[in-house]
Amino acid sequence: MIKFLIKGILRDKSRSLLPVIVVATGVFLTVFMSGFLKGIFNDIAELNAKFNTGHVKIMTRAYAENKDQVPNDLALMDVKKLLSQLKIDYPDMEWVKRIHTGGLIDVPDSFGETRGQGQTIVTAIDMLSPGTHEVERMNIKKSIAKGSLPVKQGEALISDEFAERFGVSLGDKVTLFGSTMNGSMMFNIFVVSGTLRFGNTILDRGAIFMDIRDAQLALDMDDAASEILGYFKVGVYDDIKAQQLQASFNTKYSLKDDEFSPQMFRLVEQEGLGDYLKLANSAGTIMVFIFVIAMSIVLWNTGLLGGLRRYSEFGVRLALGEEKKHIYKTTIYEAMLIGIIGSVIGTGMGLGAAYYMQTYGLDVSSITSNIGMMLPSVYRAEVTPSLFYLGFFPGVIATVLGSALAGFAIYKRKTSQLFHELEV
Amino acid sequence: MENSSIIKIEKLVKRFPVGKTEFTALNDISVSFGAGEFAGLVGPSGSGKTTLLNIMGSLDSPSEGDVDVLGRSVSSLSHKQSAKLRNHHIGFIFQTYNLLPVYTVYENVEFALLLQKLSGSERKKAVMDSLEWVGLTDKVKSRPSMLSGGECQRVAIARSMVKRPEIVLADEPTANLDSKNSHNILQTMKNLNRELKTTFIFATHDEKVMQYLNRIIFLEDGKIVKDNLINDSKN
Repeated sequence: MIKFLIKGILRDKSRSLLPVIVVATGVFLTVFMSGFLKGIFNDIAELNAKFNTGHVKIMTRAYAENKDQVPNDLALMDVKKLLSQLKIDYPDMEWVKRIHTGGLIDVPDSFGETRGQGQTIVTAIDMLSPGTHEVERMNIKKSIAKGSLPVKQGEALISDEFAERFGVSLGDKVTLFGSTMNGSMMFNIFVVSGTLRFGNTILDRGAIFMDIRDAQLALDMDDAASEILGYFKVGVYDDIKAQQLQASFNTKYSLKDDEFSPQMFRLVEQEGLGDYLKLANSAGTIMVFIFVIAMSIVLWNTGLLGGLRRYSEFGVRLALGEEKKHIYKTTIYEAMLIGIIGSVIGTGMGLGAAYYMQTYGLDVSSITSNIGMMLPSVYRAEVTPSLFYLGFFPGVIATVLGSALAGFAIYKRKTSQLFHELEV
Repeated sequence: MENSSIIKIEKLVKRFPVGKTEFTALNDISVSFGAGEFAGLVGPSGSGKTTLLNIMGSLDSPSEGDVDVLGRSVSSLSHKQSAKLRNHHIGFIFQTYNLLPVYTVYENVEFALLLQKLSGSERKKAVMDSLEWVGLTDKVKSRPSMLSGGECQRVAIARSMVKRPEIVLADEPTANLDSKNSHNILQTMKNLNRELKTTFIFATHDEKVMQYLNRIIFLEDGKIVKDNLINDSKN
């Protein structure tokens, strides 16, 4: 009987082609959009992780409570020792120290008089140590608009927008005003080795990137850092592992009655990223749910049309002695077969499109350049194992559900009317 | 009447609801059919021919009276039992052939056997035998759309005969055929009736069909008005 059904499906294009196209299209959209949405959400989260939150972040509890003010007087101390211990305790992680501070940048003219001044945000990372991944992680090389990376102490990168506004040229000396960790006035002169354009308003408006050693010296933060960020070496955030890590670290290092003791925070506990990722997952679930409902309705109607078209076939089968239940079951089997074929095609197409978008991405830098949020300039899809089944099962379920609803009409047939119905 | 009764109808009444009232389609019908009969129910439209055919084919049940088909009381059969009775013992031939268009001649005939638990080789033999009876062994791979009306009806006959039923019920089987094809079809059925002792019961008002019948039961307004045995029917 199965062979008989397969022959019917293959030969009767109107029985199979439209439902297969509907299912394949729906599954394709589900798989592709899920992959793309996941990619975008994860890219945004990962961008924040790279620039700001890390996969986990260590701060003093006091610093964490006031972190919006970047209170370096509450920064982590004995950082070298802590980092050494972290590398031993958690070898699957890469640990980096960072310093953030705010200040005023002063651009002098040829006489040494102030030509222009502007507010700035300083991010100090490890740029000069051999084997550092920080430059790569923050995509600094590709973001250099003019000049080059600092190659020695005393050099820094400033935002290209700032440089243009104040006519700063490569090799010019500029002065950073601020306050040290201890609250005294800080003046630091550095040489502009290059300018940066991230395509992001926050970073492009007045950012300075310098080596962390320079920042430590300027801010009297020798062996201190605003924060230590940890990144999973596999490159992908894993909240379960992050929870285990956090529990282990806080038990060992964090002291309840010492507000200067280090405390670990996960990515999802910072900057509202947890809610954001929950929203991302909900969006995916909602999308699949809508897909199943919409596809079921479409396929229900397709099934009803098919039922009308095959009215005489079902009638003949009833007359030949096939039970209604058996006919109903065979329509379900057919639907399952069509659902599987459509879902395989749709999943293949969706994975292919998602893979393409993972490789090449969608360049939105021209749109995001004036947006204040920290957003990636290229949106990429993410092909995950879940994409292999995420659209497949809903595709089959929707087809079977649609057919099951449409198939109830079989039970309404009255065998006593068969001669009349079949002779119209 | 030949041999013992395989269909026995006593005081059959069939009523259909029409709005708040009822329409009596068959009224006090008593008749029997023996094995190997070639009989026809003849009468004008609305006389109750098809309703009687329905009840004998266990497609419908009586409102009153008893209808025994092959020893089974039709009114006491469940849907499943009715389906089984049709599947194993009763063949149907329709006015409009009702072949499944996406399947070949072979597959259309084979379909009736798929519901029975027969092996592939048993099915093949039965199908080829059946197609041989109707002279269509050279058309096994053809689709219905490639056949003439007469050929389609011969496929329908083969489909009804493939399971070797005791009874074949045919409702106006020649209505869509020209004279030549009608005679061919009727001759084929007559031959099968003679060779396999299958009982054929027609519902018809076609004069050509009546020429072949050896029993004609005239119906009018749901009642049998005449039951004629004919000894000199064609062949």
